[in-house]
Amino acid sequence: MPNRSFFWFFLPAGLAMILFIGLPIISTGIQSFYAQHDQILVEVKKCDPFGCKVSVVVDQEATSKIKDEKPLGKFNGFGTYIDRNHLAVDQVSEFWGESKSIGDFINKVGNLPFYKALVFTLTYCVFVTPCVLLLGFIIALSLNAISRKIRGPLIFGTILPMIVTPLVGSLVLFWMIDAEGIIGANLQMLMNDPYLSLKSSKTLMWITIIIYGVWHHSPFAFVVFYAALQTVPQEPLEASIIDGASRFQRVKHIVLPHIYPVVTFVALISLMDNFRVFEPIIGFSAEGSAQSLSWLIYDNLVNEEVILFGSAAATSIMTIIGISIILAPVLIRTWREFKTNR
Amino acid sequence: MDYGLDKKSNSLKTSNTIFIVIWLLIACFPFIWTFWGSFKVRADFFSRADWWYAITAFNTLIETGAKFTTEAYSGAWFEGEFWKASRNTVIVTISVVSISLFLGTLGAYALSRSTKNYAFWLLIIALIFRAMPHITLVSGYLFPFFQLQIWGILPTTIVVLVAINQPFTLWLLYSFFKTVPKELDESALIDGCSYFQTFRHIIMPVMWPGVITAGLFSLMLAYNDFTVTALLLNQENHTMVPKIQSYLGTNQHEGNLMWAVSSVVSATAPLFILVMFFQRQIISGLTAGAIKG
Repeated sequence: MPNRSFFWFFLPAGLAMILFIGLPIISTGIQSFYAQHDQILVEVKKCDPFGCKVSVVVDQEATSKIKDEKPLGKFNGFGTYIDRNHLAVDQVSEFWGESKSIGDFINKVGNLPFYKALVFTLTYCVFVTPCVLLLGFIIALSLNAISRKIRGPLIFGTILPMIVTPLVGSLVLFWMIDAEGIIGANLQMLMNDPYLSLKSSKTLMWITIIIYGVWHHSPFAFVVFYAALQTVPQEPLEASIIDGASRFQRVKHIVLPHIYPVVTFVALISLMDNFRVFEPIIGFSAEGSAQSLSWLIYDNLVNEEVILFGSAAATSIMTIIGISIILAPVLIRTWREFKTNR
Repeated sequence: MDYGLDKKSNSLKTSNTIFIVIWLLIACFPFIWTFWGSFKVRADFFSRADWWYAITAFNTLIETGAKFTTEAYSGAWFEGEFWKASRNTVIVTISVVSISLFLGTLGAYALSRSTKNYAFWLLIIALIFRAMPHITLVSGYLFPFFQLQIWGILPTTIVVLVAINQPFTLWLLYSFFKTVPKELDESALIDGCSYFQTFRHIIMPVMWPGVITAGLFSLMLAYNDFTVTALLLNQENHTMVPKIQSYLGTNQHEGNLMWAVSSVVSATAPLFILVMFFQRQIISGLTAGAIKG
């Protein structure tokens, strides 16, 4: 296709992506260097019959005037990145000095908002991704062994958790594990503890969200693995059966090597999806015990008094950096494929 | 696995069946339970006394005189103005699907027929864009949108969702157009068609299977989105998913939690019916990226 026609064909899609994905990323970058204005304070002298008092009040007029002049806020450089709510450089070095042991230090750092969210996000990724791969693979193997006639409805049932939006999916589970819901009530009975509540304990809440993550993402892994299983060649499998290979050996030495590229693909995609975990925290009302990086951004953006654009943007940029680290292997893979295909 | 030679032992078959049944129960039961519970009053679905009330409808019988009640539905749809939210969702979904398919087919066709290096780089950039967490993009939108005073209205959200959806649509349709033989449009070009005429008369009639798959995915994205719609729309224009969340905020109020339950069911049902009919296309779409690379 000549360059000219290509340009006109691609223009609408390209324009949409540049305007609403490319520019916002740049806009986020710029915003992260600004912080909201300080309020302008004035001293007001108030006199009454008992004497004069000097009090400090916010000069609303001057404050809003400055806001109108520079809506972006004041320039802050990397100030937002290193403040207490983000990388907290000062606090971390202070903790390093005063902590007696490494454990103590990690504990203290883990209580800073950004590191707290980072720890949860990484924990979620580390636990959910392998479980998703494993469960998806097992479901694919075992559905593949079931008669073709009834597979259709079974596949439909299997992919349900994936097609509902995470907020709805987590709500549906949340209502069941509620102390007044079916699972919560039965757990209380089982544990013989009438005050047991998944919501009250941080560890239990984390486990619940991780279980939710596995429930929600496994169908995706299943679908991809199931399709890949259909392409496994039959001859080597038949040969291995004649040679006396057990079922487990066949899976390990023939099926797995064949679908290996697909496994890495699913692993990376679900790692990327898990890294931006956000909606389940809202659905499970788990803000108190579990915060993710995406949730921190959301929290800044829905702040009631003043929207913390700078703070949200700084967290966003750091999230994007995290995503890029995960994305790098995918890009390298695509690049290699492109080179070999030509 | 169906290997022909393989003699399956009975115990293996049984354990396999048991596993599938348990998995299906885990996957589907929450939805069935919520659907069942949405026809009860709150005191039954969230029972302080005994969860078994949700089955026997103890309080529902006392409060309404019947075992099933549609109170939660009428409350959410009319009093809670869920009809407005679903109307907004329909507007957003239809617009997003049609616009993103229009842009996507043109763009992906061009990408699939270009042999230049830049086509590849555009695909790579699309891949990077696809990986961006939506919330980080939203934090980039809010400030300029406030300044331009286009925050809160449906058209803005539609355009944003179209753009966010574009990378995935491009990749999906790109891998689909790759399977359409090049000879088809080359012969049309030799006969004197312009590229646009070729697209219009030769490609459009054969592209529907790919377009349906891509359309389903844009539909699911627009229908399911929470991050963008919750932060870019004002209360009045909320679509279904942020509306459900707004019912939760006031759950101290007796009826509202059941509103959320019934609206979750109302929002999920059309999606399930859709997937039931188009299961094959969805699965082929999900695997297209993986198998073909």
